[in-house]
Parts: sequence; C-alpha cells; structure tokens
Amino acid sequence: MADPLLDVQHLTVVFEGARSTVTAVDNASFQIAPGETLGLVGESGSGKSVTAFAILRLLQPPGRVTAGHILFEGRDLLALPERDMRRIRGARISLIFQEPITALNPVMRVGDQIAEALTVHGQAGGREARERAVDLLIAVRIPDAARRVRDYPHQLSGGMRQRVMIAIALACHPALVIADEPTTALDVTIQAQVLDLLRELRAQYNLALLLITHDFGVIAEMADRVAVMHRGALVEQGPVRQILRAPVHDYTRSLLAAVPGIGGPEGPPLRSPGHDSSGGPSGPSIRR
Amino acid sequence: MTPLLEVRHLVKHFVRKQGLWRPPSIVKAVDDVSFGIQAGEMFGLVGESGSGKSTTGRCILRLVEASSGEVLFRGENVLQFSRPRMRRARRDMQIVFQDPYSSLNPRMRAGDIVEEPLIIHKLGSKTERRGQVADLFNLVGLDRDHLTRYPHEFSGGQRQRIGIARALALNPALIIADEAVSALDVSIQAQVVRLMLDLRERLKLTYLFIAHDLRLVEHICNRVAVMYLGRLVEMGDTRTLFANPTHPYTRALLSAVPVLDPDATRQRIPLDPASFDREAPLREIGTSHWAAV
Repeated sequence: MADPLLDVQHLTVVFEGARSTVTAVDNASFQIAPGETLGLVGESGSGKSVTAFAILRLLQPPGRVTAGHILFEGRDLLALPERDMRRIRGARISLIFQEPITALNPVMRVGDQIAEALTVHGQAGGREARERAVDLLIAVRIPDAARRVRDYPHQLSGGMRQRVMIAIALACHPALVIADEPTTALDVTIQAQVLDLLRELRAQYNLALLLITHDFGVIAEMADRVAVMHRGALVEQGPVRQILRAPVHDYTRSLLAAVPGIGGPEGPPLRSPGHDSSGGPSGPSIRR
Repeated sequence: MTPLLEVRHLVKHFVRKQGLWRPPSIVKAVDDVSFGIQAGEMFGLVGESGSGKSTTGRCILRLVEASSGEVLFRGENVLQFSRPRMRRARRDMQIVFQDPYSSLNPRMRAGDIVEEPLIIHKLGSKTERRGQVADLFNLVGLDRDHLTRYPHEFSGGQRQRIGIARALALNPALIIADEAVSALDVSIQAQVVRLMLDLRERLKLTYLFIAHDLRLVEHICNRVAVMYLGRLVEMGDTRTLFANPTHPYTRALLSAVPVLDPDATRQRIPLDPASFDREAPLREIGTSHWAAV
C-alpha cells in the first residue's frame, strides 16, 4: 500500500487488574488506505472495539496501550498532546456506535447535536451550524429534514437515529470513520437502508471506513479487505473474496463454518438431515 | 393428522391510554394469526421488531392473555383452561428466552434453577430431582461441577444451555424458543442450535422457533411463517418460501438480508406498503405455500 491513511503497528492494549492482566489487543498491525473499507471481524471479547477506542485514544483505565504506533496521516496519534488529539477526534476520525439511543444526548434536539460537532471543531457557529445540520440530515436522507432537526432522539425510529449518528460523524468531513457494529441493533430492512447510505456517502466523500462487525454478510457487502481478530490477535488479513472463499487460518475457517449459509462446499452445516416437510396438512386450514 | 399445536385466529390488542380526554389507542400486536405445527417440526416464526412474533409466543403459553382466538394444544383450547389446568399444561409447553443474562435468577445456583420447575410441579423426591438435574446437565453438555455455580460464572452460551435444561426439566413436547440464540456469538450460536436440533431427535421435541435472523431460520426450520405488523403475510415450506417469496413484504425482507458472496449483485426490493392489502387473508398459492396476496 503506497500511503496508508491509517497505519496501526504492533498495537498492544492491556487491562491490568488487581490479580491478573488481560491482553485485549495483542501486537495488531493493519493499514487502511484513503477511501478503503477494512472490515474488522471477531466475536465478542476479541478486542475489536478496544482497537477502535485505542485508535481514538478513548481507552478508559485500567486499559492502556503498552506498545505500538498508530500513524494517521503520517502522525503518531499515541505521541500527540491531548489538545491536538481533540482536533482529530470527531473531525478527522469520527466514530459511529452500535446503539444510537445511548450515544445520542436524550435531552438535546438532534439538530443541535449535529451543530455542536461543527461548533466544537470551529467549523461553523450559530446560524450557519444550524443550517449545515439541516443539510447533513438531507445528506443522510432524512425526510422533512428542516422539521426533523427540532426532534429529540426519542421521537425518531432506530434507523433514523443511526442516520443522525452518521450525520454527526460526517459533519466535519472526516477522512476516516470508525463504525462499531453500526447496524447490529437494527432490523434487517433498516440495516439494508443504512448500509446503502454508508456505501453512497463513502463514495461521495471518499471516506475510509474501519467497519467493526461480527456479521459476515455485512462484511461481504461492504468491505474491500478483512482482518479477523481472535483473542486480541489478528489471525488473518486479506481481500474480502480471499477471506470469505479461501480462508487460511483455522480460526477463520471455523468462524465461517458457523455462519448459516456459508459452511464450506458441503453446504449449509446446520440443516437437519432429511426432515420431511411435506408430511401432513399444515397450513391455516381454518376459515370460519 | 392433528397438529400438536394449532393457533386459530389469535388476536392480541393492547389498549394504550392517552390521558383523560383522548380516546385510548389500540395496538393490534397480533391480528388474526392462524397456523399449525405438527409434532417433530421446527417451525420458524420470523419478522422484524414489533411484528408481534414474541407476543404470539407468549399468548400461546398465556404469559400474556390473548384478546380472542384459540390455541389448541393436542386438540384442546388452552385459552379456556383454568389456572391449575394451565399450570399442568405448561409442563408440555416450555419457553427459552432470548437473553440468558436476564432470564436466569442471579441469586440461584445453576442446579437450583434447573430443579425449580420440578419443585413447582411437585415432581419426585429430593434425591430423584437431584439425579434428574444431573442428567439434564449432562444432556445439554454442562458439567456436574457447574451445578453449584451462579449464572454470572457462565458464558452466554452456557447460560443458554442452563435455560434449555430448565425448559427440558418437565419433559415438554413443545419448546417455544423466543430469539433463543440471537444474543450469542456465531460459533456459540451454532453449538446451541446443534444442541437444539440434536434434542429434537432424541427427545422428539417440537419447536416454535421465533427469530429475526432469516439466514438461520432458512437453515434449521422445515417450515416458516413471516409476520408483519401483527399479521402472517406468508407461510410455507422453508425451501419453497425462500426460493419463491411471493408477498411484497417477504420479498423486501429477503432482499434486505446481506448476501455472503462479495460478487453477488444486490437487488434490494423496497417495500411499497400501497402494493398490498394489509387485511388480506392467507390463501394457498402452491403446494405447502400460503401468502396474503
């Protein structure tokens, strides 16, 4: 890769407890090019979200980075003073969380929350920020945006709230968006809409995306490359086709084998052998 | 052949009071739902949040009381049962809940959680019950030394095994699995699903598998019914229905499921609510295939 936007080198994060130390991220290295989408997959506790938090330097004690570098646009984020980091966080790198209902401020109008992102980073203020908020809601395809800016989060559906989160994330034209399970809490039809939106916006703004998910379907639809995380370590990385069709590492294989609808060439592993579904009347035979 | 479970014209309306002066609004959570499940089936009930699939499951067990309709279990309408009769009937119909973190009493040891239904139904002596619980632990793949542990000491998959063991304690014929594996990681999910399929063979169980994960339902259920805003919009053999979805909602739903092939062409079918009649009843459109069109 010529010039990666994000270059994570040998990142190690530990959580020190009174009795034991847990290595949450273990010597992980990966790159993301401008405009590229890297899917970071793994099961719960594998260290995917901790990786995201480490990149944004949002780790809470007792978690801390003990080794590695995180180069973003050529600068090592781990060496930056907090003041400079604040200029990057939310502006050059932004974050979309899984649960928009807990990530949004419940007592603040959504328009004000978008405007806040602009004001905090000195991009716009007052009336201009509010106008940009409407534009951003239009950009994330919220109908009747001029009226919706005055809504509170609870007045919006789950899918709409996630669109607001995306609007906030895009407000300052970031180069990299970290999306941590952005559609996991959504119904599948809403998920499809949000993924379509992310895909369009990605092309429109040339966004790089670090997409954290456990869903290989989302990976297949969105990612250019995939990194598989297991117990804090990246066990395999590669182009999405290679990972899905010809995984090399045993863990990737076993993970894919558990996904209904993949399960290797011998077909879906979970289908019960030969259940005769044709037997007997079964429908709603009653009509009174 | 009489179905093991037959739901006829099930209706559950929730009345929402909106203050003193405004008329209450009625939410039709389940709106005239009918289906039958044969013994030994794995019947999938799918839908998105708010479709009424969980409420349907709860109405069958009378965890919420249906507004009208019939639930025939082995030909008898359980909605007419007296309380003691219903309690006995629940031995045959058990539920496994979605969230293994909140559905197990955190202050009880795993062994006691599994034993509790036996105590409630006054079955066996203390020694007999202990023996049964040990057998159940063995059956669902838990160790004997897990008996005295508390729920927080278990992983999500193990907790769901405890929930299944508890559901199996009374030797039921029907298990209602309400998003029973939705909260689990995919590898753990596969293990629990295999356990459920294995138990179906060994114990001759019948499942009503309530889920939102269409890929999973496609691979484990032999029949499936699709629910949308309180109504069944399509029902049929899993293979037939997935190969030939007919109702506009089913088509939109299936087209929204992410395709696992990165080279597949995506064709999302948007849902146009004006394209179908919400009140239309299911009618037979093919062999073992019904749709509300």
